[in-house]
Amino acid sequence: MAKVIVNDIEVDADPKDNCILAARKAGVEIPHYCWHESLSVVASCRMCLVEVGERKPDGTVVMGPKLVPGCQTPIREGTVIRTDTDKVKTTQAMTLELLLLNHPLDCSICDQAGECYLQDYTYKFGKAHSRLDEPKIQRMDKYHIGEQIALFTDRCVMCTRCVRFTREISGTAELQVVARGSHEEIDVFPEVPCDNKLAGNVVDLCPVGALCSKDFLYKKRVWWLTHSDSVCTGCSTGCSIQVDQSEDKVYRLRPRENPLAQGHFMCDEGRFGFKYIHDDLRLKLPKISASFSKAPASNLPDRKPSGTADLDFSDPWSEALSIARSKIKEAIKNDAGGFVAVLSPFMSVEEAYLLAGFLKGLDQRIRLVLGPVPVVGGDDKYPKDSKGQSPAQDKVKFTIRAEKCPNRLGVEAILRHYEGQVVTLDNVLHKADATAYYFVGGYIQGWVTEAMDRAIGKPALLIVQDIFPSPLSNRADFVLPSASFAERDGTYVNHSGLAQAAHGAIRCPGDARADGRILMELSQRKGLFNAMTLRKEIGRTVPALAALSVGDLGDYGVKIATTASEPILS
Amino acid sequence: MSNEDFKPVLLARQGKPNSHKLETYKADGGYQALAKALAMKNTEVIDVVKASGLRGRGGAGFPTGLKWTFLPKDVSGPIYLCINGDESEPGTFNNRVLIEQDPHQVLEGIVISSFATRTTTAYFYLRYEYGRCYRVLKDAIDEMYANNLLGKNILGSGYDLDVHLHRGACAYICGEETGLIESLEGKRAWPRIKPPFPAIEGAFRRPTVVNNVETMACIPHILNHGAEWFMSMGVPKDPNNPRDAGSYGPKLYCISGHVNKPGLVELPMGISARDLIDKHAGGVWKGRKAKAVVPGGISMGFMSEKELDTPLDFAGPGRVGCLGLGTAAVIVIDDHTSMVDVLYNACRFFAHESCGQCTPCREGTAWSTKILERIRDGRGKLSDIDLLLEISGSMGTIPGTTICGLADGAAWPMKNAIHKFRPEFEEYIQSGRRSESPALAGSH
Repeated sequence: MAKVIVNDIEVDADPKDNCILAARKAGVEIPHYCWHESLSVVASCRMCLVEVGERKPDGTVVMGPKLVPGCQTPIREGTVIRTDTDKVKTTQAMTLELLLLNHPLDCSICDQAGECYLQDYTYKFGKAHSRLDEPKIQRMDKYHIGEQIALFTDRCVMCTRCVRFTREISGTAELQVVARGSHEEIDVFPEVPCDNKLAGNVVDLCPVGALCSKDFLYKKRVWWLTHSDSVCTGCSTGCSIQVDQSEDKVYRLRPRENPLAQGHFMCDEGRFGFKYIHDDLRLKLPKISASFSKAPASNLPDRKPSGTADLDFSDPWSEALSIARSKIKEAIKNDAGGFVAVLSPFMSVEEAYLLAGFLKGLDQRIRLVLGPVPVVGGDDKYPKDSKGQSPAQDKVKFTIRAEKCPNRLGVEAILRHYEGQVVTLDNVLHKADATAYYFVGGYIQGWVTEAMDRAIGKPALLIVQDIFPSPLSNRADFVLPSASFAERDGTYVNHSGLAQAAHGAIRCPGDARADGRILMELSQRKGLFNAMTLRKEIGRTVPALAALSVGDLGDYGVKIATTASEPILS
Repeated sequence: MSNEDFKPVLLARQGKPNSHKLETYKADGGYQALAKALAMKNTEVIDVVKASGLRGRGGAGFPTGLKWTFLPKDVSGPIYLCINGDESEPGTFNNRVLIEQDPHQVLEGIVISSFATRTTTAYFYLRYEYGRCYRVLKDAIDEMYANNLLGKNILGSGYDLDVHLHRGACAYICGEETGLIESLEGKRAWPRIKPPFPAIEGAFRRPTVVNNVETMACIPHILNHGAEWFMSMGVPKDPNNPRDAGSYGPKLYCISGHVNKPGLVELPMGISARDLIDKHAGGVWKGRKAKAVVPGGISMGFMSEKELDTPLDFAGPGRVGCLGLGTAAVIVIDDHTSMVDVLYNACRFFAHESCGQCTPCREGTAWSTKILERIRDGRGKLSDIDLLLEISGSMGTIPGTTICGLADGAAWPMKNAIHKFRPEFEEYIQSGRRSESPALAGSH
């Protein structure tokens, strides 16, 4: 630790920090555009210029003669940083005036407005008027720059973060600077758009409204969006993300910095892969098959719209769950060893714990198994070299994992606790001795293969808790419509054993319910589902997950002791 | 030594038939310095160059021997020497003459410098537009390989050296030390942030020395005649200024602009601009008087008529508010020329050549050009003058707002022109007249 004095505030900073990071620790913001923690330092925007000096052991302070870029200047014991002098303030204002010189100031139609660093810094450090009397340089917008990204060339401040990202993180190097001086522009080679699997990150990296996501473009003003911290469920990397929603509609996912998980970025698969949560096909009503239902119809009646004379206040869930509970008990009485509960790797640790605890509490002979683990290809590692080859392991900066589910390790930990081992569904289907099934789905894509469907056949009891219809749900005795990742709280354990808390952002569609709530009611536990309380309980009950007993996992999550590197069971 | 007795050193062989050939160079005593150097220890060569007080001729005037000593002492792997032949400062043409007329003088200096710095690979970065230089140098290098002056075991000394001739990328910024290195590596010539300095991490991330062509041409003569001979020419150190390294040796002055006899003149450092113009360039043309003189390439700013007695050594121009001696390219501007037009042309050049990396330079150079364009169009405002001063004061390495010195070079003509000729700017703006002279050539 090194003592640094920022505007007379003394703080302890890491000797590896630059002035920007050290000042941040003192609560002082040094404005910057080109510098980014994950990218190389170019010190070209000149927004972070500060006065730097040194406090000698005898207490005297000697300031340097000129301004230095805070991003490029390392700190050491006794470094003095000043951001509040006239010299710094004048230069900041001048740099902003220069950056805005050819900027179109089209904030009213710009997607970035509200989260734009040109706006923020101008407000904090700039001045209200430009002294430019001449016409601004006109530039063509480049919608073709990528399938998912558009470039509004005239808004660019030439920080080159995007260029460095494609060179240093994705390694694909599509973006570049063309022309020179004030005519410089970001561009791609003709016919070579920026379409790599990490391309969406350049939109987040862009500090202004130059690079925009076509998916989000003109969809929502950012100040209407509410942000929830969550975890991407697209693969076992478990990127920390932020879900931006408004009125129960998710508009975009953005990576949230997490040095323990993925760093600063996320892949496009995860970023744009959330659309399924608003799919019309989603299961929205609980269903009881005719043979089990007290009501004559197979489907519980749709509730009539309010305002009609004949109001129906019946809760479709209470009937479904109470019948399901009695049918489960009946099935156990008939053949406890033949009752199989299939836990999906999309379940959170809490949900797996609730279901496992409930069923094992009814009868120890019930078998808990792990549902199919989706695996696509191999791990995709970045930065790629010029031939598209993956880098050596020690050079990897980002990995898109082949295991396309968020919580295999967490569910396995629960299974090991209750079952002693991890048995897969395939194993059960192979033995063909199950008479009753409780399936939990939650998969993004269809997961019931034809072979699986045949092997399951028509058991005495089939309960399906899922988000999308499948051959199983079509013939299930009970269909319990559940929630996607954006609609529920829970804990996911990623490939490296990092347990992260995800927070629900929106409400479930229709009458669907968060899995935790379904399971709480099914198991007749007292109280409401609360992930933090459950985590504490799990931490006490399941030794392998003892780390969860802290309850609050913080922004970055906590590591759990796990046999992380075990290969996926086939 | 008075200037009248001075016999050209670097230009001694200029104009001789086949002066670019190896045999004539050898006949005139060429490559004796190399043989002498190869018989010495490399550190001894550095000591001689250090003792001579030779300062880099590329513009900044950094002591050459000192620069060489910045190389790490115990380094494994290659050290590179880059020869900066990307001569593109407006008004400068000494490298071109040196290379075209006497390439072996430069190349001998390169071999000696490479030996001194323990370099086995040297890159000659030559301005792309210098086609003839390229052909002459290429032939000269071939001749050297054929005569064991390059390649393996040079002159039986056991020292190996390869010189690669690299044509530049047609940009002013390629002449900036680290811009040159980036360009050599095949990238955009965006100057690097320092530290690390090239001596620690330069071309291909290896220790690198970048030296100017004229500096290289001086080296054989220092080896031949000794450091004392070299120090007998020029302006000695200022005893009252411990930071002054003196201005020793001969210097090539490129004289252009409104003079009767433009050209390249070799003189000991320290001649005054007035003497240079009157005695060596035939005086200002058409019997007119000089209004302003650029002391060393447009980026160094302007001297007014009454400052013409300033000696053109490394310290002189700085004393009258110019940026420095630069490349000693003296451009004379007569009293019929509007300083608004001159400044506009200078600004246009820098706006065109700014690499675009740092915001203050990228936007500042372009903005000042636009303002001057407007003034020349008769739509100027008096407040524009202070705005120009503010822009010029906010860019460059001197306030610390840019990575390289291009912005300083762009700012200096603005500062000098306005400080020294402010009434002319005010009169021009108030008269509301439009410039009759066309946009001057040079930047596009």
